[in-house]
Amino acid sequence: MTGRIYQGHTGIGGDVTGEALVGQDNFSARYDLDRIKGTFSRENHDLFGENYVGKILVLNIAKGGVATAWMLREMVSREMAPAALILNFANPIMAQGAAFANLPLVDRFDTDITEVIRTGDDVTVSPQNGTVSVNG
Amino acid sequence: MNLTEDEENMLAGKQGPARQFAMEQILRVGKFFDARDTVPVAQVHLMADPESLGEEGVMFLEGLAALDAGERTVRVPTVTDPRGVDLDAYKRLGQTEDMANLERRSIAAFEALGVMMTNTCINYQTICPPVLGEHLAFGDTGSTIYANSVMGARTNFEGGPSALAAAFTGRTPRYGYHLDIVRRANSLYTLDWRPDDLAEWGALGAWIGDQMTSYWETPLLTGVERAPTSDQLKHFGAALASFGSTPLFHMEGVTPEAHDIAGLFAGPRPTTVRVRREDVQDLIESYRPADDHLDVVVFAAPQLSLFEIQQLAGLLEGRKISTQVTLIATVSPEIKHAADRMGFSASIEGAGGMLLSGVCFYQMYAREIGEANGWKRLMSNSAKLVNILGGYGYEPMLATMQACVESACAGRIAKAA
Repeated sequence: MTGRIYQGHTGIGGDVTGEALVGQDNFSARYDLDRIKGTFSRENHDLFGENYVGKILVLNIAKGGVATAWMLREMVSREMAPAALILNFANPIMAQGAAFANLPLVDRFDTDITEVIRTGDDVTVSPQNGTVSVNG
Repeated sequence: MNLTEDEENMLAGKQGPARQFAMEQILRVGKFFDARDTVPVAQVHLMADPESLGEEGVMFLEGLAALDAGERTVRVPTVTDPRGVDLDAYKRLGQTEDMANLERRSIAAFEALGVMMTNTCINYQTICPPVLGEHLAFGDTGSTIYANSVMGARTNFEGGPSALAAAFTGRTPRYGYHLDIVRRANSLYTLDWRPDDLAEWGALGAWIGDQMTSYWETPLLTGVERAPTSDQLKHFGAALASFGSTPLFHMEGVTPEAHDIAGLFAGPRPTTVRVRREDVQDLIESYRPADDHLDVVVFAAPQLSLFEIQQLAGLLEGRKISTQVTLIATVSPEIKHAADRMGFSASIEGAGGMLLSGVCFYQMYAREIGEANGWKRLMSNSAKLVNILGGYGYEPMLATMQACVESACAGRIAKAA
Protein backbone atom coordinates (compact mmCIF):
# COMPACT_ATOMS: atom_id res chain seq x y z
CA MET A 1 0.00 0.00 0.00
CA THR A 2 1.73 3.13 -1.16
CA GLY A 3 -1.08 5.63 -0.67
CA ARG A 4 -0.66 9.03 1.03
CA ILE A 5 -3.33 10.93 2.97
CA TYR A 6 -3.48 14.71 3.29
CA GLN A 7 -5.52 16.36 6.05
CA GLY A 8 -7.50 19.51 5.31
CA HIS A 9 -10.47 21.27 6.92
CA THR A 10 -13.86 19.52 6.99
CA GLY A 11 -15.34 20.16 3.59
CA ILE A 12 -18.59 20.00 1.66
CA GLY A 13 -20.28 17.08 -0.11
CA GLY A 14 -19.76 13.33 -0.21
CA ASP A 15 -16.91 10.93 -0.98
CA VAL A 16 -15.61 10.54 -4.52
CA THR A 17 -12.69 8.80 -6.22
CA GLY A 18 -11.24 9.83 -9.55
CA GLU A 19 -8.32 11.03 -11.66
CA ALA A 20 -6.58 14.22 -10.57
CA LEU A 21 -6.04 17.24 -12.81
CA VAL A 22 -3.56 19.51 -11.06
CA GLY A 23 -2.70 23.10 -11.92
CA GLN A 24 -0.27 25.63 -10.50
CA ASP A 25 -2.90 28.32 -10.83
CA ASN A 26 -6.13 29.64 -9.35
CA PHE A 27 -9.79 29.00 -10.09
CA SER A 28 -12.90 30.88 -11.20
CA ALA A 29 -15.69 29.16 -13.12
CA ARG A 30 -16.61 32.33 -14.99
CA TYR A 31 -13.15 33.69 -15.73
CA ASP A 32 -11.29 30.47 -16.55
CA LEU A 33 -13.66 27.95 -18.13
CA ASP A 34 -15.53 27.22 -21.32
CA ARG A 35 -18.41 25.55 -19.49
CA ILE A 36 -19.95 24.26 -22.72
CA LYS A 37 -16.84 22.48 -23.99
CA GLY A 38 -15.66 21.48 -20.52
CA THR A 39 -12.22 22.99 -20.90
CA PHE A 40 -10.05 25.74 -19.44
CA SER A 41 -10.37 28.61 -21.90
CA ARG A 42 -8.32 31.39 -20.28
CA GLU A 43 -5.15 31.52 -22.35
CA ASN A 44 -2.71 32.29 -19.57
CA HIS A 45 -4.14 29.62 -17.24
CA ASP A 46 -1.82 26.74 -16.37
CA LEU A 47 -4.50 24.26 -17.50
CA PHE A 48 -5.43 26.08 -20.72
CA GLY A 49 -7.03 23.61 -23.14
CA GLU A 50 -7.41 20.82 -20.56
CA ASN A 51 -10.74 19.05 -20.11
CA TYR A 52 -11.87 19.10 -16.47
CA VAL A 53 -15.09 17.08 -16.71
CA GLY A 54 -15.21 14.26 -14.16
CA LYS A 55 -11.73 15.09 -12.87
CA ILE A 56 -10.62 15.75 -9.31
CA LEU A 57 -9.56 19.34 -9.89
CA VAL A 58 -6.62 20.51 -7.74
CA LEU A 59 -5.74 24.19 -7.82
CA ASN A 60 -4.31 26.89 -5.59
CA ILE A 61 -6.98 29.39 -4.51
CA ALA A 62 -10.34 30.71 -5.59
CA LYS A 63 -10.09 33.90 -7.59
CA GLY A 64 -12.52 35.97 -9.61
CA GLY A 65 -16.09 36.91 -8.94
CA VAL A 66 -19.30 35.52 -7.60
CA ALA A 67 -20.73 33.63 -10.56
CA THR A 68 -19.20 30.31 -9.49
CA ALA A 69 -21.78 30.15 -6.68
CA TRP A 70 -24.54 29.54 -9.23
CA MET A 71 -22.37 27.98 -11.93
CA LEU A 72 -21.17 24.82 -10.16
CA ARG A 73 -24.71 23.48 -9.81
CA GLU A 74 -25.50 24.52 -13.38
CA MET A 75 -22.42 22.56 -14.54
CA VAL A 76 -23.39 19.52 -12.42
CA SER A 77 -26.91 19.58 -13.94
CA ARG A 78 -25.39 19.17 -17.42
CA GLU A 79 -22.86 16.56 -16.21
CA MET A 80 -20.12 19.01 -17.19
CA ALA A 81 -18.52 19.52 -13.80
CA PRO A 82 -15.34 18.36 -12.12
CA ALA A 83 -15.87 15.39 -9.77
CA ALA A 84 -14.47 17.40 -6.87
CA LEU A 85 -12.62 20.63 -6.07
CA ILE A 86 -9.45 20.58 -4.00
CA LEU A 87 -7.93 23.96 -3.20
CA ASN A 88 -5.28 25.38 -0.91
CA PHE A 89 -7.82 28.08 0.06
CA ALA A 90 -11.43 28.22 -1.01
CA ASN A 91 -13.26 31.51 -0.63
CA PRO A 92 -16.90 31.92 0.36
CA ILE A 93 -18.02 31.81 -3.28
CA MET A 94 -16.47 28.34 -3.79
CA ALA A 95 -18.01 27.08 -0.55
CA GLN A 96 -21.42 28.55 -1.40
CA GLY A 97 -21.27 27.09 -4.91
CA ALA A 98 -20.17 23.67 -3.69
CA ALA A 99 -22.89 23.70 -1.01
CA PHE A 100 -25.61 24.63 -3.52
CA ALA A 101 -24.36 22.02 -6.02
CA ASN A 102 -23.53 19.35 -3.44
CA LEU A 103 -20.13 19.17 -5.14
CA PRO A 104 -17.27 17.80 -3.02
CA LEU A 105 -14.88 20.54 -1.87
CA VAL A 106 -11.94 20.35 0.53
CA ASP A 107 -9.36 23.04 1.34
CA ARG A 108 -6.84 24.21 3.95
CA PHE A 109 -4.23 21.46 4.05
CA ASP A 110 -1.01 21.60 6.06
CA THR A 111 0.95 21.52 2.81
CA ASP A 112 0.64 23.05 -0.67
CA ILE A 113 -1.77 20.49 -2.10
CA THR A 114 -0.84 21.42 -5.70
CA GLU A 115 2.73 20.29 -5.05
CA VAL A 116 1.97 16.84 -3.63
CA ILE A 117 -0.62 15.54 -6.08
CA ARG A 118 0.20 14.95 -9.77
CA THR A 119 -2.11 15.05 -12.78
CA GLY A 120 -3.20 11.47 -13.43
CA ASP A 121 -3.00 10.34 -9.79
CA ASP A 122 -5.91 8.19 -8.57
CA VAL A 123 -7.36 10.24 -5.69
CA THR A 124 -10.12 9.71 -3.10
CA VAL A 125 -11.74 12.77 -1.53
CA SER A 126 -13.63 12.47 1.77
CA PRO A 127 -14.96 15.94 2.65
CA GLN A 128 -16.61 14.99 5.94
CA ASN A 129 -13.21 13.79 7.14
CA GLY A 130 -11.43 16.63 5.35
CA THR A 131 -9.07 14.17 3.68
CA VAL A 132 -7.61 13.66 0.24
CA SER A 133 -5.89 10.31 -0.38
CA VAL A 134 -3.59 9.54 -3.26
CA ASN A 135 -4.13 5.87 -3.90
CA GLY A 136 -1.13 3.61 -4.28
CA MET B 1 -23.70 26.48 15.15
CA ASN B 2 -25.90 28.23 17.73
CA LEU B 3 -29.26 28.98 16.16
CA THR B 4 -32.12 31.17 17.36
CA GLU B 5 -35.52 29.60 17.89
CA ASP B 6 -36.73 31.22 14.68
CA GLU B 7 -33.79 29.71 12.79
CA GLU B 8 -34.48 26.27 14.28
CA ASN B 9 -38.08 26.56 13.07
CA MET B 10 -37.01 27.55 9.59
CA LEU B 11 -34.49 24.69 9.46
CA ALA B 12 -37.16 22.23 10.53
CA GLY B 13 -39.33 23.35 7.62
CA LYS B 14 -41.98 25.00 9.78
CA GLN B 15 -41.87 28.15 7.64
CA GLY B 16 -41.84 26.37 4.31
CA PRO B 17 -39.25 24.94 1.93
CA ALA B 18 -37.66 28.24 0.85
CA ARG B 19 -36.59 29.17 4.37
CA GLN B 20 -35.57 25.56 5.02
CA PHE B 21 -33.31 25.62 1.94
CA ALA B 22 -31.96 28.95 3.18
CA MET B 23 -31.03 27.58 6.62
CA GLU B 24 -29.43 24.47 5.08
CA GLN B 25 -27.31 26.68 2.83
CA ILE B 26 -26.39 28.89 5.79
CA LEU B 27 -25.37 25.90 7.90
CA ARG B 28 -23.26 24.24 5.17
CA VAL B 29 -21.35 27.42 4.50
CA GLY B 30 -21.20 28.44 8.17
CA LYS B 31 -19.70 25.12 9.21
CA PHE B 32 -17.14 25.31 6.41
CA PHE B 33 -15.89 28.57 7.92
CA ASP B 34 -16.33 27.64 11.61
CA ALA B 35 -19.03 30.27 12.18
CA ARG B 36 -20.46 30.05 15.71
CA ASP B 37 -23.79 31.63 14.78
CA THR B 38 -25.46 33.98 12.33
CA VAL B 39 -25.82 37.76 12.24
CA PRO B 40 -28.86 39.80 11.12
CA VAL B 41 -28.33 41.71 7.86
CA ALA B 42 -29.80 45.07 6.87
CA GLN B 43 -29.93 44.57 3.12
CA VAL B 44 -29.09 42.01 0.46
CA HIS B 45 -27.51 42.60 -2.96
CA LEU B 46 -28.14 39.54 -5.09
CA MET B 47 -26.28 38.50 -8.23
CA ALA B 48 -28.13 36.24 -10.65
CA ASP B 49 -27.65 36.67 -14.40
CA PRO B 50 -29.09 33.98 -16.71
CA GLU B 51 -25.66 32.83 -17.90
CA SER B 52 -24.67 31.97 -14.32
CA LEU B 53 -28.06 30.52 -13.41
CA GLY B 54 -28.61 28.42 -16.51
CA GLU B 55 -31.81 26.42 -16.90
CA GLU B 56 -31.00 24.66 -13.62
CA GLY B 57 -30.83 27.85 -11.59
CA VAL B 58 -33.92 29.35 -13.20
CA MET B 59 -35.94 26.21 -12.47
CA PHE B 60 -34.75 26.37 -8.87
CA LEU B 61 -36.00 29.98 -8.58
CA GLU B 62 -39.30 29.11 -10.23
CA GLY B 63 -39.82 26.36 -7.69
CA LEU B 64 -39.49 28.93 -4.91
CA ALA B 65 -41.65 31.47 -6.72
CA ALA B 66 -44.49 28.94 -6.86
CA LEU B 67 -44.77 28.79 -3.06
CA ASP B 68 -47.45 30.65 -1.07
CA ALA B 69 -46.75 34.33 -0.53
CA GLY B 70 -46.01 33.88 3.17
CA GLU B 71 -43.41 31.23 2.41
CA ARG B 72 -41.71 32.86 -0.54
CA THR B 73 -41.36 36.55 0.40
CA VAL B 74 -37.90 37.86 1.31
CA ARG B 75 -37.55 39.34 4.79
CA VAL B 76 -35.09 42.19 4.22
CA PRO B 77 -34.70 44.76 1.40
CA THR B 78 -33.16 42.79 -1.45
CA VAL B 79 -31.84 44.39 -4.64
CA THR B 80 -30.25 42.89 -7.74
CA ASP B 81 -27.01 43.08 -9.64
CA PRO B 82 -27.17 43.76 -13.41
CA ARG B 83 -29.24 41.57 -15.71
CA GLY B 84 -27.57 39.54 -18.42
CA VAL B 85 -30.01 40.73 -21.09
CA ASP B 86 -31.26 44.27 -21.74
CA LEU B 87 -34.73 43.37 -22.97
CA ASP B 88 -34.87 46.63 -24.98
CA ALA B 89 -31.60 46.06 -26.81
CA TYR B 90 -30.78 42.37 -26.99
CA LYS B 91 -31.60 41.81 -30.64
CA ARG B 92 -29.19 44.55 -31.72
CA LEU B 93 -26.45 42.85 -29.69
CA GLY B 94 -27.06 39.40 -31.15
CA GLN B 95 -28.31 37.79 -27.96
CA THR B 96 -30.80 35.00 -28.65
CA GLU B 97 -34.44 34.58 -27.78
CA ASP B 98 -33.45 31.68 -25.49
CA MET B 99 -31.19 34.02 -23.50
CA ALA B 100 -33.95 36.63 -23.31
CA ASN B 101 -36.47 34.04 -22.17
CA LEU B 102 -34.18 32.81 -19.38
CA GLU B 103 -33.88 36.43 -18.28
CA ARG B 104 -37.66 37.00 -18.42
CA ARG B 105 -38.24 33.88 -16.33
CA SER B 106 -35.61 34.93 -13.76
CA ILE B 107 -37.13 38.39 -13.44
CA ALA B 108 -40.62 36.96 -12.98
CA ALA B 109 -39.39 34.56 -10.30
CA PHE B 110 -37.48 37.25 -8.40
CA GLU B 111 -40.44 39.63 -8.50
CA ALA B 112 -42.64 36.90 -7.02
CA LEU B 113 -40.18 36.66 -4.13
CA GLY B 114 -40.38 40.40 -3.43
CA VAL B 115 -36.89 41.14 -4.76
CA MET B 116 -36.49 44.68 -6.12
CA MET B 117 -35.06 44.61 -9.65
CA THR B 118 -32.55 47.44 -9.36
CA ASN B 119 -30.22 45.73 -11.88
CA THR B 120 -27.13 47.57 -10.74
CA CYS B 121 -23.64 46.79 -9.44
CA ILE B 122 -23.32 50.32 -8.05
CA ASN B 123 -26.18 50.14 -5.53
CA TYR B 124 -23.85 51.73 -2.95
CA GLN B 125 -23.81 54.88 -5.12
CA THR B 126 -27.36 54.89 -6.47
CA ILE B 127 -29.77 52.91 -4.26
CA CYS B 128 -29.00 52.80 -0.53
CA PRO B 129 -25.46 53.42 0.67
CA PRO B 130 -24.42 51.13 3.52
CA VAL B 131 -23.58 52.53 6.93
CA LEU B 132 -20.41 52.12 9.04
CA GLY B 133 -20.63 48.85 10.96
CA GLU B 134 -23.77 47.66 9.20
CA HIS B 135 -23.90 43.90 8.49
CA LEU B 136 -24.92 43.06 4.94
CA ALA B 137 -25.13 40.22 2.45
CA PHE B 138 -23.71 41.67 -0.76
CA GLY B 139 -23.10 39.44 -3.77
CA ASP B 140 -21.08 41.52 -6.19
CA THR B 141 -17.32 41.76 -5.69
CA GLY B 142 -17.36 45.47 -6.52
CA SER B 143 -20.24 46.31 -4.19
CA THR B 144 -18.76 44.17 -1.43
CA ILE B 145 -15.34 45.77 -1.52
CA TYR B 146 -16.81 49.27 -1.69
CA ALA B 147 -19.29 48.65 1.16
CA ASN B 148 -16.59 47.09 3.35
CA SER B 149 -13.73 49.43 2.54
CA VAL B 150 -15.15 52.86 1.74
CA MET B 151 -18.12 52.66 4.10
CA GLY B 152 -16.88 50.35 6.82
CA ALA B 153 -19.90 48.07 6.50
CA ARG B 154 -19.46 44.30 6.92
CA THR B 155 -20.09 41.59 4.35
CA ASN B 156 -18.45 38.56 2.79
CA PHE B 157 -18.82 37.77 -0.91
CA GLU B 158 -22.35 36.37 -0.86
CA GLY B 159 -22.90 34.50 -4.12
CA GLY B 160 -26.42 34.02 -5.45
CA PRO B 161 -27.61 31.04 -3.39
CA SER B 162 -26.23 32.50 -0.14
CA ALA B 163 -27.55 35.99 -0.85
CA LEU B 164 -30.93 34.38 -1.46
CA ALA B 165 -30.60 32.49 1.82
CA ALA B 166 -29.87 35.79 3.60
CA ALA B 167 -32.89 37.38 1.92
CA PHE B 168 -35.21 34.56 3.06
CA THR B 169 -33.95 34.51 6.65
CA GLY B 170 -32.67 38.02 7.27
CA ARG B 171 -29.42 36.44 8.52
CA THR B 172 -26.07 35.16 7.31
CA PRO B 173 -23.28 33.12 8.96
CA ARG B 174 -21.04 35.22 11.17
CA TYR B 175 -17.57 34.57 9.76
CA GLY B 176 -14.98 36.38 7.69
CA TYR B 177 -15.44 40.10 7.30
CA HIS B 178 -18.23 40.32 9.87
CA LEU B 179 -15.50 39.79 12.49
CA ASP B 180 -13.14 42.49 13.82
CA ILE B 181 -10.13 40.18 13.73
CA VAL B 182 -10.49 39.35 10.03
CA ARG B 183 -10.77 43.04 9.11
CA ARG B 184 -7.24 43.79 10.28
CA ALA B 185 -4.66 44.56 7.62
CA ASN B 186 -2.05 41.93 6.91
CA SER B 187 -0.17 43.40 3.99
CA LEU B 188 1.12 46.91 3.38
CA TYR B 189 1.54 48.83 0.14
CA THR B 190 2.65 52.39 -0.39
CA LEU B 191 2.49 54.88 -3.24
CA ASP B 192 4.54 57.96 -3.93
CA TRP B 193 2.53 58.90 -7.02
CA ARG B 194 -1.15 59.35 -7.74
CA PRO B 195 -3.15 57.64 -10.51
CA ASP B 196 -4.33 60.13 -13.14
CA ASP B 197 -7.59 58.61 -14.29
CA LEU B 198 -10.02 55.75 -13.73
CA ALA B 199 -8.06 53.33 -15.93
CA GLU B 200 -4.94 53.91 -13.85
CA TRP B 201 -6.85 53.61 -10.54
CA GLY B 202 -8.24 50.30 -11.85
CA ALA B 203 -4.79 49.16 -12.95
CA LEU B 204 -3.45 49.98 -9.47
CA GLY B 205 -6.20 47.83 -7.96
CA ALA B 206 -5.39 45.10 -10.46
CA TRP B 207 -1.67 45.15 -9.64
CA ILE B 208 -2.30 44.87 -5.89
CA GLY B 209 -4.99 42.23 -6.56
CA ASP B 210 -2.47 40.10 -8.41
CA GLN B 211 -0.32 40.07 -5.23
CA MET B 212 -3.14 38.83 -3.02
CA THR B 213 -2.58 35.27 -1.85
CA SER B 214 -6.14 34.52 -0.72
CA TYR B 215 -9.55 35.97 0.15
CA TRP B 216 -8.26 36.42 3.70
CA GLU B 217 -5.48 38.84 2.80
CA THR B 218 -6.43 42.46 3.54
CA PRO B 219 -4.12 45.13 2.11
CA LEU B 220 -3.51 48.58 3.58
CA LEU B 221 -2.46 51.26 1.11
CA THR B 222 -0.60 54.34 2.36
CA GLY B 223 0.61 57.42 0.50
CA VAL B 224 -2.75 58.51 -0.93
CA GLU B 225 -2.61 62.09 0.24
CA ARG B 226 -6.14 63.30 -0.28
CA ALA B 227 -9.43 61.48 -0.71
CA PRO B 228 -10.00 59.93 -4.11
CA THR B 229 -13.47 60.37 -5.57
CA SER B 230 -16.18 57.74 -5.26
CA ASP B 231 -15.68 56.74 -8.91
CA GLN B 232 -11.92 56.39 -8.45
CA LEU B 233 -12.44 54.17 -5.41
CA LYS B 234 -15.11 52.29 -7.34
CA HIS B 235 -12.65 51.39 -10.14
CA PHE B 236 -9.77 50.71 -7.75
CA GLY B 237 -11.92 48.43 -5.61
CA ALA B 238 -13.67 46.63 -8.45
CA ALA B 239 -10.33 45.70 -10.00
CA LEU B 240 -8.75 44.73 -6.66
CA ALA B 241 -11.75 42.55 -5.82
CA SER B 242 -11.80 40.97 -9.26
CA PHE B 243 -8.05 40.30 -9.62
CA GLY B 244 -7.48 39.41 -5.98
CA SER B 245 -10.77 37.90 -4.77
CA THR B 246 -10.39 40.61 -2.15
CA PRO B 247 -13.37 41.91 -0.12
CA LEU B 248 -11.70 44.65 1.93
CA PHE B 249 -8.88 47.17 1.60
CA HIS B 250 -7.79 49.94 3.92
CA MET B 251 -6.47 53.28 2.66
CA GLU B 252 -4.71 55.36 5.33
CA GLY B 253 -6.48 58.61 6.01
CA VAL B 254 -9.22 57.81 3.51
CA THR B 255 -11.26 54.77 4.54
CA PRO B 256 -13.14 54.92 7.85
CA GLU B 257 -11.32 52.05 9.59
CA ALA B 258 -7.89 53.40 8.62
CA HIS B 259 -7.76 56.91 10.09
CA ASP B 260 -5.22 55.74 12.62
CA ILE B 261 -3.35 52.69 11.38
CA ALA B 262 -1.48 51.98 14.60
CA GLY B 263 -3.89 49.26 15.72
CA LEU B 264 -4.81 48.06 12.26
CA PHE B 265 -2.40 45.16 11.80
CA ALA B 266 -3.27 41.55 12.64
CA GLY B 267 0.32 40.81 13.67
CA PRO B 268 3.68 42.55 13.42
CA ARG B 269 3.78 45.39 10.91
CA PRO B 270 4.29 43.76 7.49
CA THR B 271 7.09 44.72 5.12
CA THR B 272 6.05 47.69 3.03
CA VAL B 273 5.76 47.01 -0.70
CA ARG B 274 6.34 50.11 -2.81
CA VAL B 275 3.99 50.17 -5.76
CA ARG B 276 5.95 51.79 -8.55
CA ARG B 277 4.17 53.66 -11.27
CA GLU B 278 6.19 51.70 -13.87
CA ASP B 279 4.75 48.42 -12.55
CA VAL B 280 1.20 49.69 -12.98
CA GLN B 281 2.03 51.15 -16.39
CA ASP B 282 3.55 47.79 -17.35
CA LEU B 283 0.28 46.10 -16.39
CA ILE B 284 -1.64 48.52 -18.62
CA GLU B 285 0.87 48.02 -21.47
CA SER B 286 0.61 44.23 -21.16
CA TYR B 287 -2.81 44.55 -22.75
CA ARG B 288 -1.57 46.51 -25.78
CA PRO B 289 -2.12 44.44 -28.94
CA ALA B 290 0.21 44.08 -31.92
CA ASP B 291 -1.77 46.30 -34.30
CA ASP B 292 -4.35 49.10 -34.19
CA HIS B 293 -7.39 47.12 -35.30
CA LEU B 294 -10.48 47.88 -33.19
CA ASP B 295 -13.93 46.26 -33.09
CA VAL B 296 -15.69 47.49 -29.96
CA VAL B 297 -15.31 49.97 -27.10
CA VAL B 298 -17.06 49.12 -23.83
CA PHE B 299 -17.61 51.19 -20.70
CA ALA B 300 -18.80 48.80 -17.98
CA ALA B 301 -17.63 46.78 -15.00
CA PRO B 302 -18.73 48.75 -13.06
CA GLN B 303 -21.77 50.48 -14.49
CA LEU B 304 -21.14 54.17 -15.00
CA SER B 305 -22.10 56.78 -12.44
CA LEU B 306 -23.92 59.97 -13.42
CA PHE B 307 -20.59 61.83 -13.39
CA GLU B 308 -18.94 59.26 -15.69
CA ILE B 309 -21.87 59.44 -18.11
CA GLN B 310 -21.60 63.23 -18.08
CA GLN B 311 -17.92 62.91 -18.97
CA LEU B 312 -18.62 60.42 -21.76
CA ALA B 313 -21.40 62.58 -23.18
CA GLY B 314 -19.07 65.56 -23.18
CA LEU B 315 -16.41 63.62 -25.08
CA LEU B 316 -18.92 62.39 -27.69
CA GLU B 317 -20.95 65.60 -28.08
CA GLY B 318 -21.02 66.61 -31.74
CA ARG B 319 -18.76 63.74 -32.84
CA LYS B 320 -19.39 60.57 -34.82
CA ILE B 321 -18.22 57.10 -33.89
CA SER B 322 -16.68 55.24 -36.85
CA THR B 323 -19.01 52.81 -38.58
CA GLN B 324 -16.28 50.19 -38.09
CA VAL B 325 -16.55 50.33 -34.29
CA THR B 326 -19.37 49.74 -31.80
CA LEU B 327 -19.33 51.81 -28.61
CA ILE B 328 -21.31 50.56 -25.60
CA ALA B 329 -21.79 52.16 -22.19
CA THR B 330 -23.73 50.47 -19.39
CA VAL B 331 -25.69 52.19 -16.64
CA SER B 332 -28.33 51.38 -14.05
CA PRO B 333 -32.00 52.19 -14.78
CA GLU B 334 -31.86 55.17 -12.41
CA ILE B 335 -28.82 56.64 -14.14
CA LYS B 336 -30.30 55.90 -17.59
CA HIS B 337 -33.33 57.94 -16.58
CA ALA B 338 -31.12 60.78 -15.40
CA ALA B 339 -29.00 60.56 -18.57
CA ASP B 340 -32.17 60.79 -20.68
CA ARG B 341 -33.47 63.78 -18.71
CA MET B 342 -30.20 65.65 -18.80
CA GLY B 343 -29.44 65.15 -22.51
CA PHE B 344 -26.46 62.84 -22.00
CA SER B 345 -28.20 59.92 -23.75
CA ALA B 346 -28.87 62.17 -26.76
CA SER B 347 -25.18 63.09 -26.97
CA ILE B 348 -24.00 59.49 -26.71
CA GLU B 349 -26.62 58.02 -29.02
CA GLY B 350 -26.34 60.96 -31.41
CA ALA B 351 -22.71 60.03 -31.91
CA GLY B 352 -23.78 56.47 -32.64
CA GLY B 353 -23.10 54.95 -29.21
CA MET B 354 -25.30 52.40 -27.44
CA LEU B 355 -26.42 53.12 -23.89
CA LEU B 356 -27.58 49.94 -22.19
CA SER B 357 -29.67 49.95 -19.04
CA GLY B 358 -29.53 47.52 -16.17
CA VAL B 359 -26.78 45.30 -17.57
CA CYS B 360 -23.00 45.05 -17.52
CA PHE B 361 -20.95 43.44 -20.31
CA TYR B 362 -18.95 40.39 -19.31
CA GLN B 363 -22.04 38.67 -17.90
CA MET B 364 -24.11 39.28 -21.03
CA TYR B 365 -23.08 36.09 -22.86
CA ALA B 366 -20.00 38.04 -23.89
CA ARG B 367 -18.41 35.15 -25.79
CA GLU B 368 -21.56 34.61 -27.86
CA ILE B 369 -22.19 38.27 -28.65
CA GLY B 370 -18.51 38.65 -29.51
CA GLU B 371 -18.84 35.87 -32.05
CA ALA B 372 -22.21 37.14 -33.34
CA ASN B 373 -20.82 40.63 -33.96
CA GLY B 374 -17.25 39.80 -34.96
CA TRP B 375 -15.92 41.53 -31.85
CA LYS B 376 -12.45 40.46 -30.91
CA ARG B 377 -10.41 43.60 -30.35
CA LEU B 378 -11.92 45.60 -27.48
CA MET B 379 -10.94 48.77 -25.62
CA SER B 380 -12.17 49.77 -22.18
CA ASN B 381 -11.12 51.94 -19.25
CA SER B 382 -12.09 49.13 -16.86
CA ALA B 383 -9.22 46.97 -15.63
CA LYS B 384 -11.77 44.49 -14.30
CA LEU B 385 -13.38 44.11 -17.71
CA VAL B 386 -10.15 43.55 -19.63
CA ASN B 387 -9.09 40.93 -17.07
CA ILE B 388 -12.24 38.89 -17.52
CA LEU B 389 -12.66 39.16 -21.27
CA GLY B 390 -9.29 37.58 -21.99
CA GLY B 391 -10.95 34.27 -21.08
CA TYR B 392 -13.91 34.98 -23.34
CA GLY B 393 -12.16 35.09 -26.72
CA TYR B 394 -11.49 38.85 -26.77
CA GLU B 395 -8.22 40.75 -27.18
CA PRO B 396 -8.87 43.53 -24.70
CA MET B 397 -6.87 46.75 -24.28
CA LEU B 398 -6.94 49.04 -21.26
CA ALA B 399 -6.91 52.80 -21.91
CA THR B 400 -8.44 56.04 -20.59
CA MET B 401 -11.99 57.04 -21.47
CA GLN B 402 -10.57 59.81 -23.67
CA ALA B 403 -8.32 57.41 -25.59
CA CYS B 404 -11.22 54.95 -25.98
CA VAL B 405 -13.46 57.68 -27.44
CA GLU B 406 -10.69 58.98 -29.75
CA SER B 407 -10.18 55.44 -30.99
CA ALA B 408 -13.91 54.79 -31.47
CA CYS B 409 -14.19 57.92 -33.62
CA ALA B 410 -11.01 57.13 -35.57
CA GLY B 411 -12.13 53.55 -36.23
CA ARG B 412 -8.83 52.15 -34.91
CA ILE B 413 -6.67 52.32 -31.78
CA ALA B 414 -5.53 55.95 -31.66
CA LYS B 415 -1.80 56.68 -31.46
CA ALA B 416 -2.12 58.48 -28.14
CA ALA B 417 -3.81 55.50 -26.47
